[in-house]
Amino acid sequence: MSVNTEPRIDLRVIADLIRPGSRVLDVGSGDGELLDLLAREKQVDGRGLEISQRGVNESVARGLPVIQGDADSDLSYYPDKGFDYVILSQTLQATRNPKLVLNELLRIGDRAIVSFPNFGHWRVRLSLLLKGRMPVTKDLPYSWYDTPNIHFCTIRDFVALCDEVGAKVESAAAMDASGKKIGLSMPWWFWNFFGQQAIFLLRR
Amino acid sequence: MEQSRVRTARDEANSPSSKVVHFGADKPLKLGSGSILSPFQVAYQTAGTLNADRSNAILICHALTGDQHATNEHPVTGKPGWWEMLVGPGKPVDTDRFFVICSNVIGGCMGSSGPATIDPATGRAYGLNFPVITIGDMVRAQAMLVDHLGIDKLFAVVGGSMGGMQVLEWARSFSERVRLAIPIATGARHTAQNIAFHEVGRQAVMADPDWCGGSYIEQGRHPGKGLAVARMGAHITYLSEAALHRKFGRNLQDRNSVTFGFDADFQIESYLRHQGFTFVDRFDANSYLYLTRAMDYFDLAAEHNGRLADAFKDSKTRFCVVSFTSDWLFPTGESRMIVHALNAAGASVSFVEIETDRGHDAFLLDEPEFHGAVRGFINAAARQLGLVQ
Repeated sequence: MSVNTEPRIDLRVIADLIRPGSRVLDVGSGDGELLDLLAREKQVDGRGLEISQRGVNESVARGLPVIQGDADSDLSYYPDKGFDYVILSQTLQATRNPKLVLNELLRIGDRAIVSFPNFGHWRVRLSLLLKGRMPVTKDLPYSWYDTPNIHFCTIRDFVALCDEVGAKVESAAAMDASGKKIGLSMPWWFWNFFGQQAIFLLRR
Repeated sequence: MEQSRVRTARDEANSPSSKVVHFGADKPLKLGSGSILSPFQVAYQTAGTLNADRSNAILICHALTGDQHATNEHPVTGKPGWWEMLVGPGKPVDTDRFFVICSNVIGGCMGSSGPATIDPATGRAYGLNFPVITIGDMVRAQAMLVDHLGIDKLFAVVGGSMGGMQVLEWARSFSERVRLAIPIATGARHTAQNIAFHEVGRQAVMADPDWCGGSYIEQGRHPGKGLAVARMGAHITYLSEAALHRKFGRNLQDRNSVTFGFDADFQIESYLRHQGFTFVDRFDANSYLYLTRAMDYFDLAAEHNGRLADAFKDSKTRFCVVSFTSDWLFPTGESRMIVHALNAAGASVSFVEIETDRGHDAFLLDEPEFHGAVRGFINAAARQLGLVQ
């Protein structure tokens, strides 16, 4: 992997979905990279929720208002529709109760943006098929017993969950292994097979 | 008490060696109880230099037994300033860049008006004739000091424990005068357990025959035993079980076996006795009653029909709330309650929960993650708000 200073490709795609000057909550904000990007390029009023002390400290040092807390337990304290967008980037699969978290995102935000690694990607399928062991890939580098990612899903699984909680998909994007967006004209099964990352813009 | 000490606590209570401002009859302090304190004085220290547009002032609020000597040698004990870890040249609160103010709270005993001060009306120490004060009263007195210094807006207000309560009170009462608020190891209210511990301390003081119904100064007595016991009890609440065990365990004090008596066999006993005895040389017993009472009465939500969020409505202040995992006096949950209220109010808030086994006192100790957070928060805000150095 090459070292570059460009933001992660999925962050770029998320940023393009955000209206300038809006109020944004980033759930699982890490070291604040996305919030920083959004503050600089979209002049958003951004807030973060992050579980790790290191991530919180790095964010605070960047001047970003970030709260140390847990998506599974702390979202209930946010008021209804307090934000224009609530973002959950690469975090859904690490929550204890993804359905509850998704419901909370849609309650707190006018819109929710969710990005996640697609467990339906062909490499994952092939790895399980041939090796008969839980897949460990470049993007999913953990062994089954020490992974923080306890709730993997495929793009199709996620679409089904959206249906179940009454979330309307306003737009969706999937990216292949090289970070290129998959054409919008492609059917879901194609996305689910070749998409490595998925990004959904939802509202209720 | 050693005779070599130039200043005694009693000297400091009335004519402090620090800076002091006197507010005369024209500037009374209206108290939360409805009483009026006038005239009164506020003793304070400053460090660093106020810039030309007076935008770099940071107010430090001290805890229950602290004082204005945060960054300088204590005039009575000769010990270093109580917050030199955090505040000073090149420190997270950098006195090379900021003008730092720290005042002794009203009701204290290091030179601001309190029960050990001579009442100008009678020529005798106030004792229990001093009015009961609140956290709000302390903050209103600080605001008058800040006015006196010609400062309209504070860049930051920072404090731990009772100091953190003052920070929250500043943010509520004078939101437009506070750009950053950093409440540390504190709560928006005193819990039943907090009040319970304070009551034990007060009863210890009042049970000492030398307390004389509060008039010990006039009678030339000193309720040192009661105050020492109060301090010993309180000191346990400032530490954690893990820290106590790490530091002392069941180690014996200068002996190889227990003595089958009531001498200080264990190191922890000896340590607590030392904490108690040294405390009474620098602190006034009545002040201890007044300040613990002020903390007990503190309940920010109560003044907003129980809705803490309403205390911070429309606040433009940026908050950085800090708690410590092993603090059982002001547990993290109390800080979270503040954070949730600030969120609900739409305020800008960061929250850092520092992992440590050192208990409540961690805010006074060398905790690099804590110091890093404060430094980062202040520096980023100074950058973003375009603070002119």
